[in-house]
Amino acid sequence: MMLRHFGLATTLAATLVLATPAYAVIELQWWHAMTGANNDVVNKLAADFNASQSDYKVMPSFKGGYADTMNAGIAAFRAGNAPHIMQVFEVGTATMMSATGAIKPVYQLMKDAGEPFDPKAYLPTITGYYSTSKGDMLSFPFNSSSTVMWINKDELKKAGVAEIPKTWPEVFAAAKKLKAAGHETCGFSNAWASWVHIEQFSAWHNVPIGSKANGLDGFDTELKFNSPLHVKHLQNLVDLQKDKTYDYAGRANAGEARFGSGECAIFLTSSGYYGTAKGTAKFDFTSAPMPYYPDVAGAPQNSIIGGASLWVMGGKKPEEYKGVAKFFAFLSDTDRQAKLHQESGYLPITKAAYEKTKADGFYDKNPILQTPLKALTNKEPTENSRGLRFGNMVQMRELWSEEIEAALAGKKTAQEALDAAVSRGNAMLRTFEKTAK
Amino acid sequence: MEKSAVFNSSRLLPYALLAPQLIITFVFFYWPASQAVLQSFKREDAFGLVSEFVGLENYHALFAQPEYYRAMLTTLVFSTLVAGLSLLIALLFATQADKNLKAAPAYKTFMIWPYAVAPAVAGVLWFFIFHPSLGTLARPLRGLGLDWNPLLNGNHAMTLVVMSAVWKQIAYNFLFFLAGLQSIPKSVIEAGAIDGAGPMRRFWTIVFPLLSPTTFFLLVVNVVYVFFDTFGIIDAVTGGGPAGATTTMVYKVYADGRLGGNLGGSAAQSVVLMVIVIALTAVQFKYVERKVQY
Repeated sequence: MMLRHFGLATTLAATLVLATPAYAVIELQWWHAMTGANNDVVNKLAADFNASQSDYKVMPSFKGGYADTMNAGIAAFRAGNAPHIMQVFEVGTATMMSATGAIKPVYQLMKDAGEPFDPKAYLPTITGYYSTSKGDMLSFPFNSSSTVMWINKDELKKAGVAEIPKTWPEVFAAAKKLKAAGHETCGFSNAWASWVHIEQFSAWHNVPIGSKANGLDGFDTELKFNSPLHVKHLQNLVDLQKDKTYDYAGRANAGEARFGSGECAIFLTSSGYYGTAKGTAKFDFTSAPMPYYPDVAGAPQNSIIGGASLWVMGGKKPEEYKGVAKFFAFLSDTDRQAKLHQESGYLPITKAAYEKTKADGFYDKNPILQTPLKALTNKEPTENSRGLRFGNMVQMRELWSEEIEAALAGKKTAQEALDAAVSRGNAMLRTFEKTAK
Repeated sequence: MEKSAVFNSSRLLPYALLAPQLIITFVFFYWPASQAVLQSFKREDAFGLVSEFVGLENYHALFAQPEYYRAMLTTLVFSTLVAGLSLLIALLFATQADKNLKAAPAYKTFMIWPYAVAPAVAGVLWFFIFHPSLGTLARPLRGLGLDWNPLLNGNHAMTLVVMSAVWKQIAYNFLFFLAGLQSIPKSVIEAGAIDGAGPMRRFWTIVFPLLSPTTFFLLVVNVVYVFFDTFGIIDAVTGGGPAGATTTMVYKVYADGRLGGNLGGSAAQSVVLMVIVIALTAVQFKYVERKVQY
């Protein structure tokens, strides 16, 4: 008798305990891939948001590099416990877009939650990348960047290079001078080989990477970057690699340390490198637009963005989505955006934040941060420079880098390497087309 | 007289006793393996939203890729080097540690340490030590006039991953060889010595044959290791590059499945890999085991 009552009491108590979470804070998982100074930025944003209200708690967690984070998210989705917010780099966009049902489009999220949201408030060069052809924003741009050329001004001066090179022939000449002045292992270099030498290079010269506006207009796209201009450029790199006037620095961005250490005085990589450069480089440095070939008509065109956006995963509870929407509105705040931009070097995503930074006179003191914005808006974008959207792009980039490496190592000619990159890439696009419907 | 246990109490008891082992084998081997086989006949998007049966299409696509044959060749080179070197070096170290040394316990402990390092961490360590422009050991190499560049030179990259994988595996092999050596009765070796056999002769005619069960076990384990467990090292050190020079079969499974989101193609590759390893192990048991003296 006693026992039965005891059992009843515990059941009742347990029910009461289980019923209370309505009062608890709703936790929102945010998986990201930010390292170094930018990791601190992410944690600070989350902490600020959590302090600004008491209903939701954003919990950032670092999941490794961009590809790792995306894979972790996909694996978690398959296992039924995806995070609420997932940071995905721009090349993962096609994969995420085609996963209807796995994601919650941002425009839908904001509408459902009733948060004020005006897609026109965002910079079109950035949101265009993450929107459907109808202009519906699918993911929330977070850290956007573009390729710039980082310049070690002290070393250039020492080597007798009076002006920052503007064209590729000028870069080659400057690199030769640098090499002669003691930079024996590296005249110039770059990170993200395929991004810089294929993707950005094509947009900047207004030549297609692939058909269908680089895949933006449909998944039945074919790669086109084995043109004579691409071959000529790769051939130049191959020739310069022989005596290290150009020296390849690996696929991802580990090679950026070669700029910070002073080994490479000219280095092409993301504008998002600013935060790290500021912290590590002990010399006078600046950024300049990517070089171009002056004999190409219309060059330079405009650059395209890189970086990452925040995707909202599908299948979550409405009240959780409300929290995510609140967080995005919080991120879009003009002052916060302007500060984020000025500290991290990533691009502002709203027009207001850009105007505010300009009006504050920030760019007069820090022209470095305006370089990528100027390059992005250099000209009205064309079919070839709006952006790119290829399926399986994560692995395709590895494949393109593989072929660039084969050419630089002298295993293939520049033409053979680019032909192989195009034909292997096309095969992958066809596989993707079959699964993306 | 034959000795056998009889279970009178219950017919179920033997099965119950076997169950834990069988369940573990089923859950961790048969079930995932059957999933891989099933997956290899399907085409699916990365998120698993669309899935369709495509028969042998994944296998056809796989064997039409010249890169796959290249990966097979790379695997052959890589596995021979890693298994061979790690066994040889570990045997050498174990025979030395088995002698009456003053600092033997410390020496043995240090030898076993690398095994506690996770493959990815080991990979990152080696990547930075030998990074052409950041590495502490790469600079002296360059100073010697060797144009060390694993970022572009496939042979250098292969050397680097082989070194990392061998370094990692020596500890494990060392431990087993040492245990094997210590279980060889001293009297047998002493008898050989009295009969006038030198150290080399004693090793090859007495110690090595008596060690053969250990050697055989390690051979099987090492082959499995190089085929399956080395992708973490390759991923951290070279990412399969440059130009695919260190893309082994298991790394390609990872690259196509995880980076490429092509799970069907990746599953087909793991089935092929599984068949190869099963065949290799069978061959080892059939032909090599004959020479083993238990």
